[in-house]
Amino acid sequence: MALVTPEVIAQVARLARLRLEGPDLTRFTEQLSEILQYVQRLQAVDTERVEPTTHVLPLSNVLRKDEPRPSLPSDTVIALAPAQRPPFVAVPKVIET
Amino acid sequence: MPVGDLASKTIHELRHMIQAGTVSPPEIVDDLLARIDRLNDSRRIHAYLAVDPERIRRQAADLPASARAGQLYGIPITVKANICVAGEETSCASRILEGFRPPYDATVIERLRRAGAVLIPNANMDEFAFGSSTENSAFGVTRNPRAQDDRVPGGSSGGSAAAVASNMAIAALGSDTGGSIRQPASFCGVLGLKPTYGRVSRYGLVAFASSLDQIGPLAKDAEDAAMLLNVIAGHDERDSTSAPVEVPDYVAALRRPLKDVTIGLPEIPSEGLDQHVRAAVDGAIEVFRTLGVKTVPVELPNIDKAIATYYIIATAEASSNLARYDGVKYGFRAASGGSLTDMYLDTRTQGFGAEAKRRILLGTYVLSQGYYEAYYLKGMKVRTLIKQDFDDAFTACHIVLMPTAPTPAFRLKEKLDDPLQMYLSDIYTISANLAGIPALSVPCGAGPDGLPIGMQLLAAPFQESLLFQAAHAYEQATDWPSRRRNWRSGNAG
Repeated sequence: MALVTPEVIAQVARLARLRLEGPDLTRFTEQLSEILQYVQRLQAVDTERVEPTTHVLPLSNVLRKDEPRPSLPSDTVIALAPAQRPPFVAVPKVIET
Repeated sequence: MPVGDLASKTIHELRHMIQAGTVSPPEIVDDLLARIDRLNDSRRIHAYLAVDPERIRRQAADLPASARAGQLYGIPITVKANICVAGEETSCASRILEGFRPPYDATVIERLRRAGAVLIPNANMDEFAFGSSTENSAFGVTRNPRAQDDRVPGGSSGGSAAAVASNMAIAALGSDTGGSIRQPASFCGVLGLKPTYGRVSRYGLVAFASSLDQIGPLAKDAEDAAMLLNVIAGHDERDSTSAPVEVPDYVAALRRPLKDVTIGLPEIPSEGLDQHVRAAVDGAIEVFRTLGVKTVPVELPNIDKAIATYYIIATAEASSNLARYDGVKYGFRAASGGSLTDMYLDTRTQGFGAEAKRRILLGTYVLSQGYYEAYYLKGMKVRTLIKQDFDDAFTACHIVLMPTAPTPAFRLKEKLDDPLQMYLSDIYTISANLAGIPALSVPCGAGPDGLPIGMQLLAAPFQESLLFQAAHAYEQATDWPSRRRNWRSGNAG
């Protein structure tokens, strides 16, 4: 039995900003269904009184001193962008005029 | 001296030679580059995505006099393609980061430079470290240098492991989220350490799963691995998960006798465990017994849930870490005539390979409304149980010993179309990441076809010294230096 349908995977793909259709959608749905089926074995584990582990280290609220310090020069960083109009990064138009 | 002779040496051997004045850093680099030139072709081992001999030679020629006292003065260290080296392409073997040259060094790179190392960047890997075979690299596979036929080097740090095993590297850095240092170390016949979570700064490591990722060494022997950890370990305020725990001298700890050490032997899932792997690991246990080590049975009752737990937690974290690749600030942007959303969709669809997409989809699914409790929250709770298993085991023993991988290196394409089978090859390595404990893979034999087999030694948090000590004692007892030198068959011949 398939745990997920192509419709569900297509919706997840839209959320993740990936295009997925045709044979790819069918193949991914089958593979993800098989992986989710395998993962189902966790449902049998009794975790009634178990706290979740998010991080293994007993560290919390790690802060550094709130002092200004030099950062990378903005032209160095802007130069990494695939499209630029210094001092800005360029993207397709967002707002209709 | 014959070509490749310097390249075959360990860090500590080269260090002694440099100190004695019998060899210079440029000579070492020349020999290594000659070896790389012969073996790195994409039809051969292909451990590196790209090599720029001039830049590497310049580093060796320009080493400052102040670096002379450094622990790694003049020693070339290979770096996996997901660790930022300023000005060097750091693509994570992904199209989406093709051509990306970070403007800064990762903390581990800063430390290597300070110690006088010469950096050899760009070791091949599975895209974004997603995989166990290095076949998910967007820029071509790496072949196992120890195999007679086309076999995987393991993954995801397959380039680093294959480079060390074929003497295209002296030693290397990799990253390990579920076994990505240890499993390729096992497949290629080298040592590979995943340090304790928090032991090594991840600042400048491209994030995969932030509660699991660690950077660690791949090396030709325990002493080299200890030397590298000495340099890269320690607190870093730029990584909030870095632990403010003192760094011992791992090399000094190496030669302590193994007396009074107890090794715990767990019952492990034996489905799919190759008989030669079992025999090699049993042989290693006998060696430890002859060294006077006591062995006790220990229980890890939840280890059979490790893979299911891992593929929930790791994919959830990966889907969120990979949300940043949108074609705006760096890396690849698809030529898209449409809206901003179309640009995001085209960039990510063209930029990510199949395994990256699978993991993003799985991670997005397990985090989405209605599924979070059944998957992600459940996974984090089972993680607690797995961690408790190890806490309990380490009250009865100092080191837990088990195989690193259920089989020796498999064939190219053997598991590529079956993601679940690929995931199952990490069955013994994953729990160390979930528990945050250090684990070291040590070569302990070979199958009938000469394919290497590794054993895995695990210890309580921040007990890396014990692992090095055990590995070193094993190497001495089994004459590893001469076995390693004679182990030159296969693709690297």
